[in-house]
Amino acid sequence: MSARAAAWWINGALVVATALALFPLAWMLSVSFMQPGTASSLPPPLLPAHPTLGNYHELFAHAGMGRYFLNSVFIATSITLLSLACNTLAGYAFAKLRFAGREKLFGMLVGGLVIPAQVAMLPLFLLLKYVGLVNTYAGVILPGTATVFGIVGIFLVRQYARTIPDDLLEAARVDGAGEARIFLQIVLPLLKPILVTLAVLTFLTAWNDFMWPLIVLTGQQHYTLPVGLASLSREHVQDFELMMAGAVITVLPVLLLFLALQRYYLRGLLLGSVKG
Amino acid sequence: MRKISAAWWFLAPALLVLGVFFLLPVLAGLALSLTDYDLYALADLRNLRFVGLHNYWELLHRPEFWAALGHTLYFVIVGVPLSLLASLGAALLLNSPLSKARAFFRTALFAPVVTTVVAVAVIWRYLFNPKYGMVNFVLGHFGIAPVDWLGDPHWAMPMIILFAVWKNFGYNMIILLAGLQAIPQELYEAARIDGASVWRQFRHITLPSLAPILLMVGILTVSGYFQLFAEPYVITEGGPLQSTESVLYLMYDEGFKWWNMGTASAVAFLLFVLMFAVTAAMWRAGEARESLT
Repeated sequence: MSARAAAWWINGALVVATALALFPLAWMLSVSFMQPGTASSLPPPLLPAHPTLGNYHELFAHAGMGRYFLNSVFIATSITLLSLACNTLAGYAFAKLRFAGREKLFGMLVGGLVIPAQVAMLPLFLLLKYVGLVNTYAGVILPGTATVFGIVGIFLVRQYARTIPDDLLEAARVDGAGEARIFLQIVLPLLKPILVTLAVLTFLTAWNDFMWPLIVLTGQQHYTLPVGLASLSREHVQDFELMMAGAVITVLPVLLLFLALQRYYLRGLLLGSVKG
Repeated sequence: MRKISAAWWFLAPALLVLGVFFLLPVLAGLALSLTDYDLYALADLRNLRFVGLHNYWELLHRPEFWAALGHTLYFVIVGVPLSLLASLGAALLLNSPLSKARAFFRTALFAPVVTTVVAVAVIWRYLFNPKYGMVNFVLGHFGIAPVDWLGDPHWAMPMIILFAVWKNFGYNMIILLAGLQAIPQELYEAARIDGASVWRQFRHITLPSLAPILLMVGILTVSGYFQLFAEPYVITEGGPLQSTESVLYLMYDEGFKWWNMGTASAVAFLLFVLMFAVTAAMWRAGEARESLT
């Protein structure tokens, strides 16, 4: 086979694969603008005959989607900030501060990665029930801080912080700087790239998280977008146009965030996969 | 001395959060699985009794548990190899020196990974709608009679596997692509000079160099796929005829629908033990192979 024919095959295969990967998303967008009922026809329409924003209006005006959207933004942002704070402090300590049992403790944390988060969900629900946090924002945010990106986050920061030269920190200590000041003024600026990466990864994972919010949020007023959408889809099984609009509202923010920051996202993915 | 105490201040927030919201619940879950915690205990803790391994014993004698386990294993055993094949194929295409516009293709192929499972599951239900879905429409052009993807117990799980492959292959694709790029080009050049075919180059250079990464990716994918829940919850609600009810779905129903928290905890731990055994066995097998070569 000539190089030219091979190039055709390879690029052709890439085009087909890309079309398969993107078609469901493109169709979702297109159907979301169709008039109610028009998507249930044969052949399945590819483009809206009379585009409308009616489905979006319906979702925001009557289905509480605006509320779910704000809930999702608030919850994912809170989890990201809290988890970033915890993981940065801990990751730095594991990389650069000396204390008894450091390696042992870190090994135990990494060992904890084999435990699936679902094992903790039943007792966690009871615990939150007894302290009155079921069906509250805190009931999603606090456990999310621990499980969404907890241990992996510490691991990523530790890997990155190890590249900070010890001399730099020692020099500051000799100058009489306290540990808190060293962290804030020297370490934090150096960690900035990994913090952006971690923030993107955590936010996207928290936004997409489903099972725990589904369990702990028992009332609609606190629903996140995935939980709200799942609940709506059970009521509106045949309303394809409405459900596609709901899917767009849920997916578009994370897709755009990914497109804007994909360099950071992909770097984090590769760093996280070389653990051990 | 000052430095020792400083380190613990840095660790305190993370350890506190992980301890209270992860470690403590895991240990409590183990204890919970040894009790008959149910709706009565939820109302009044005095109704709680210690039952030893009774929950586990009972589960192992329940057809629903074995059915859920069977569905989960079906999903893992068929879904993981298919996902890895798709990832590897896409990574090989992207890594080919002949491919154009790589950055675009890479981003486009990765896009499904960042989407929300629930939202794309809703799309899936439309795509595979027996009457109006695009999939049956396209199949019809090839003379294939409409498949009742959502209503036929034989076809619901294959549909969910297709969903998982579509949604997840991009993740491993990125990791495998990085692995492919790390293989020294001289190896291929030497093989070409020796007249080795493309297939032989793949078989004797690419695959062996990629083996450690494939193993790691395989282990991560297996443990991810064992945790099947959101897909059947949204697409099929576990049906038709419970044919897509996974182990975690059973845990969810037992725990949060029927409030049998003791039994549900036992389900969670059985799944954990199984996942641990399978991934550890994969790890062992991988190490044994490595020591052979």
